Amino acid sequence: MSDWTRDEMMTVAAARLLWDRCVCFVGIGLPSAACNLARLTHAPEIVLIYESGTLGTRPQVLPLSIGDGELAETAACVIPLPEVFSYYLQAGRVDVGFLGAAQVDRHGNLNSTVVGAYGAPVTRLPGAGGAPEIAAHARQTFVMLKATRRSFVGKLDFCTSAGFLEGRGARASTTARGGGPRAVITDFGLLEPDPQSEELTLTALYQGATVDEARNAVGWPLAVAASITSIAPPSTLELDTLRALHARTREAHSRPVQLPA
Amino acid sequence: MSPPKVTTLAEAIARHVTDGACVALEGFTHLIPFAAGHEIIRQGRRGLHLVRMTPDLVYDQMIGMGCANRLTFSWGGNPGVGSLHRLRDAVEHGWPAPLELDEHTHAGMAAAYCAGAARLPFGVLRGYIGTDLVAANPRVRSVECPYTGERLATVPAINPDVTILHAQRADRQGNVALHGILGAQREAALAARALVVTVEEIVEEIPPAMNGIVLPHWVVSAVARCPGGAYPAYAQGCYARDNAFYQRWDAIARERDGFRAWMDRHVLGSRDHAEFLASLREAA
Repeated sequence: MSDWTRDEMMTVAAARLLWDRCVCFVGIGLPSAACNLARLTHAPEIVLIYESGTLGTRPQVLPLSIGDGELAETAACVIPLPEVFSYYLQAGRVDVGFLGAAQVDRHGNLNSTVVGAYGAPVTRLPGAGGAPEIAAHARQTFVMLKATRRSFVGKLDFCTSAGFLEGRGARASTTARGGGPRAVITDFGLLEPDPQSEELTLTALYQGATVDEARNAVGWPLAVAASITSIAPPSTLELDTLRALHARTREAHSRPVQLPA
Repeated sequence: MSPPKVTTLAEAIARHVTDGACVALEGFTHLIPFAAGHEIIRQGRRGLHLVRMTPDLVYDQMIGMGCANRLTFSWGGNPGVGSLHRLRDAVEHGWPAPLELDEHTHAGMAAAYCAGAARLPFGVLRGYIGTDLVAANPRVRSVECPYTGERLATVPAINPDVTILHAQRADRQGNVALHGILGAQREAALAARALVVTVEEIVEEIPPAMNGIVLPHWVVSAVARCPGGAYPAYAQGCYARDNAFYQRWDAIARERDGFRAWMDRHVLGSRDHAEFLASLREAA
């Protein structure tokens, strides 16, 4: 019985992949929590960019939206959105892009557009946002997604953002400048692309997670590395910092807003 | 363009937003022109082609109330919360009317606004790589660079009939100043044939602001004072985003009946934005 949740472990594992001074393009949700946990622990000089145009932001609480005032007030600078995408992302000035999705396939391609057919969707999802160009141009991307057979699928309903496409060098023949997914952080551990096949391979497990659990959660025959790393559980500092961040965030988001008179 | 004019929101909408028009209410999370969206709903506009990078609650409301038949967008969720249920209902079930989608990425829409502002026919970017959006949207095409031979993505310029913004302030000449998160507002404003702006206040002289931008009076068609006009989004320096309301919207908009009842009571049941805000205070 552990005193931490898999959600917390996922966030901590993602935060540990980041390094001090790296320039990181942040998405809302688990990625935002992971990036800010890194900043509050081992990477104090990490540069966080949110697509709303806030560069080098240091929020005290996690934003609910990608453009909360907290992000602007604590940013090194705020720039117009077209500049974020053209002068920073497309120009190759982003080290790490963090992406979520509804579905991922074995080559790290992502769907955040529809479940079912595009013209007659079963579930219409929010759509692409910044993801396709983050996936293309960040030097590397990390994907954060909980694993079920509905989310880790043999075939995507729609490819919103390219990972390694069909694998075996397919991505390298496109005009994408970034290196593609370096890891998928999920709720049993990490998947990383095999250098040759570019297929996602189980390389690390959290304490208490097993290879069988991973295989059962994934909707394709999961490749497993010859040696599996055991990921250290969250440290007291990591857990305390993350929980305090979430507590501050909950308090801030439930605070009544004074309606303008 | 006719001379700028300080007017009321109702007059500005009546004059500049016609049935079937292409309308962009911009503002990336910040400075979303909610009051203007509500006024369009009150005036019963139909058949609009709505354009916005992030439809947000304001287009969820306009779509659910039957104002639109076409949507150009790049991310259609309730930020940090989940789905826009009215947008989903329109796409998945055609309620209250079918909605044609012209779907892009953020980078693509930004390029389309930039091209529109410059009155160029298309925007160009190294984008839409490996995505099924290219097959889903025939307007996303490509061009060969005449210098390097590289194949680059293109998007047709966006030139709305009218762009509507909310800003912190304007002066009496109609110069508009905004600061904080700027999204693609400047580009959307300059891409439009007419520009309507609601503001928190009208001042004698616009104060200098770090990182602020000014839209000069001769590109502005109409300005209306509308305090709180971005609520439940926010205006930096004036009021905060009501994140709790964005969370509550998920339940309000989930079912058709509950949504209609809320809109009837708070939007159609109020004459203007001040009454709308008062009705929310009463309900609180």
